[in-house]
Amino acid sequence: MAIHNILTNTGEWMRGEGPHHQIVVSSRVRLARNLRSFSFPGWAKKTERLQILEAIKPQVEALPEMGEAFSVYSQDLSALEKQVLVERHLISREHAAKGVGSAVVMNKRQTLSIMINEEDHLRMQGIRSGLQLKSVFKMIDKVDSALEERLDFAFSPQLGYLTACPTNVGTGMRASAMVHLPALVMSEQINQVIQAVNKIGLAVRGLYGEGTEALGNFFQVSNQTTLGEKEEDIIARLHKVIEQIIEHEQNARQMLLQKRPNTLLDHIGRGYGILQHAYSMNSKEALNLLSFMKLGIDLGFFPEECCRPVDELFMETQPAHLQKGTAQKLAADERDSLRAEIIRAKLVAFPKPSVGASRSDRDAGSGSEN
Amino acid sequence: MNCDVCKQNQATVFLTQIVDGKMQKVNLCESCSKEKGVTDPTGFALADLLLGLGAAQEMERGGSVQKCAVCGFSQADFKKTGRLGCGACYETFADGLASLLKGMHKGTAHVGKIPARALRSLERETQMKTLQRDLRKAVAEEDYESAAQIRDRLKQVEPG
Repeated sequence: MAIHNILTNTGEWMRGEGPHHQIVVSSRVRLARNLRSFSFPGWAKKTERLQILEAIKPQVEALPEMGEAFSVYSQDLSALEKQVLVERHLISREHAAKGVGSAVVMNKRQTLSIMINEEDHLRMQGIRSGLQLKSVFKMIDKVDSALEERLDFAFSPQLGYLTACPTNVGTGMRASAMVHLPALVMSEQINQVIQAVNKIGLAVRGLYGEGTEALGNFFQVSNQTTLGEKEEDIIARLHKVIEQIIEHEQNARQMLLQKRPNTLLDHIGRGYGILQHAYSMNSKEALNLLSFMKLGIDLGFFPEECCRPVDELFMETQPAHLQKGTAQKLAADERDSLRAEIIRAKLVAFPKPSVGASRSDRDAGSGSEN
Repeated sequence: MNCDVCKQNQATVFLTQIVDGKMQKVNLCESCSKEKGVTDPTGFALADLLLGLGAAQEMERGGSVQKCAVCGFSQADFKKTGRLGCGACYETFADGLASLLKGMHKGTAHVGKIPARALRSLERETQMKTLQRDLRKAVAEEDYESAAQIRDRLKQVEPG
């Protein structure tokens, strides 16, 4: 498969169809593995890295999951193509910086991506829309079992899978969910939630500005430790915590609707107005305003058909996605104009927020109504 | 304030992460923050960066071995990168790593998945140890008939 097919088709996880997709954007699980008797990629010389690459790549390509795969050496991707893959979470930023001696193989649906010679010899990642940690783990675990039959992984009975960084040793697993929590941020409850989650050994991240405001109200919750706990237990614990976060966010949304409807509507209305009429917009502003649009759709102020275009905009307004259609690299101000143009075009047919009836009043599934 | 990574440029990105109630702060310059992917809220690099840097400092205090015999990686290299050289480094630097892993993780022993290949060789090892012990016992008791049987079974279990 050619890179063109990957770039023009968005992956399955970006379509937002998984369970709890209104709040949980995506679930990811990645496993780190290394071959026995080779140095880790960061320490191996180029000839050794090439040896490792040629030992691993054919085995990865032979996986049944990789039937219609896209497989490419790092040096054969342009900087922009790599950046697009980073924005889709199919490769890491670190992997994007690699050249000769590294490669990536991903399936057509873009739910499975395997990096070769990133920080570890193998970084296998599964990603799906919504809260699907268990099924994502099952998928990636199957891939791992198939590969270990053909590759001799560095493993110690005491320490488990040996990884370049001691933070990953043991299961080599990091599971995470990206969650959208605008109501918890607006109602200033997010700190409490983060602290509670931290207390049980899970990490919550975002790019913090003042206080704990995260870009676009997106947070990532992940396991922090990899040694001394079973994979299934880590996944189950994380899953349970995410479910509780979803409940808190839903309650916070209902509270805002009842107690501070004007604040809520002001945010959503301004988001709508600015997105529809701006002529220059940086990616931070876009993320934050789109977050309010997403909230407005979830709460039923916009028709459900608006959901998909807004979800798409989160991805399409990222710098590399913005430029993949343009002939040359754009300067920052040109990007901002193009971003505003794309958003305007997409939102042109959006109706005004219908303040009268919110969907949550009708939709029994979305929260508590008394 | 200078960047914690390159120690040269002015830090403009300030990150805070709270794990297990412990707060960690990192100050980065524009280019290091981009390189480490910290502006990507979904990236995993931040935790690794934070813990990696801290880990290397810890290492300095414990452990006496300076260089890995297998790959030539040294403690100084670990301090610089926060990453190890090869799988054998875990044994080479076991002393220094022990306390570090203890502080970093939930436990000190792996309880998760075991690759089928390793499981098979583990089982074989245990079986061989048991048989060898039985053999010594049989010989000590001058039960040569049993000893011969055990030796045959050992031959079957032994690899190659």
